[in-house]
Amino acid sequence: MDELPDEVRGWIGQERYEQVGEFDVERGYVFTSCASVQNGNPLFWDEATAHELTGGWIAPPTMLSVWFRPHYWAPGRTAPVQPLQVHFDLKERLGLPEAVMTDNTIVFREPVRPGDRLRTWQVLRSVSPPKRTKLGLGRFWVIDVEYVNQRGEPVGTETYTGFGYRRDA
Amino acid sequence: MGGRLTIDRVKPGRALPGLPVRVDATLVVLGALASRDWRPRHHDRDFAQQRNGVRDIFLNTPNLAAWFERYVTDWTGPTGRLGRMRFRMRDSIFPGDRMVFRGVVEAVETDDTGCAWARLAVRVDVGDRTCTACRVRVARPAAPGDNPWARRGADWNP
Repeated sequence: MDELPDEVRGWIGQERYEQVGEFDVERGYVFTSCASVQNGNPLFWDEATAHELTGGWIAPPTMLSVWFRPHYWAPGRTAPVQPLQVHFDLKERLGLPEAVMTDNTIVFREPVRPGDRLRTWQVLRSVSPPKRTKLGLGRFWVIDVEYVNQRGEPVGTETYTGFGYRRDA
Repeated sequence: MGGRLTIDRVKPGRALPGLPVRVDATLVVLGALASRDWRPRHHDRDFAQQRNGVRDIFLNTPNLAAWFERYVTDWTGPTGRLGRMRFRMRDSIFPGDRMVFRGVVEAVETDDTGCAWARLAVRVDVGDRTCTACRVRVARPAAPGDNPWARRGADWNP
């Protein structure tokens, strides 16, 4: 298990799973998100404030990943769509059936606006040597998810630290 | 302390007002659906108990991020612009829990472009457990009339 497979080593630094969002950023889902956390920030509810401060409506910054999470069903879809596919690839290729996310960092850049169609890709940054934690024996990995809008402007980056492991017998 | 207060009114060590929230199953399910997270652990108690070994369904990660955003911007008001958020999950939050968001200003700084930042240590507790700890960097107006949202490109360094 100590040696990292060449295939996995080759993924490091590579832009993978580029994807354009299935749908536009839209205010209906902004309201759903705000309602779920009782967020009354006038940027999302009051047009005059939005116009004055952000030049029009924007989406809550923390909704970044929401715009790529698939609806539960879509016509013609035959296989489930997995967000953060690199994470699942690592679990499978390294034979680590369990995984947890330990850290999540989000950097926010240009605001996301209704009507935007975002594009994303994933980059594996690192994979640790085998480590033993209280969960079991496994490896830590760091994955960046980059997001840009339809003009190619960066709107944010999410960085996930995951720990894939096998439970101790 | 919300509204449009400028950064000179923000002092390190100052505590943000606490935000208590009673969690029920509806809140957990609503948060999961709002972030299009269809995994059964966030809406199916039997699954959560039998497959995940936890006592109930629990709040999902993207929804927790939305809660942290709401907590911070309740304090800053609409001129507050999130730059960076880092959080570490330690424990899950279940229906029946009373979660309480708390925060403190760790530092205040102005970057080379003149953008004023507050660095916050925020957390959500249930009883004496800290379930998730979060570090936030949020821009606030440097002076009357300054608007962090107007910053673009090289003038925005989160």
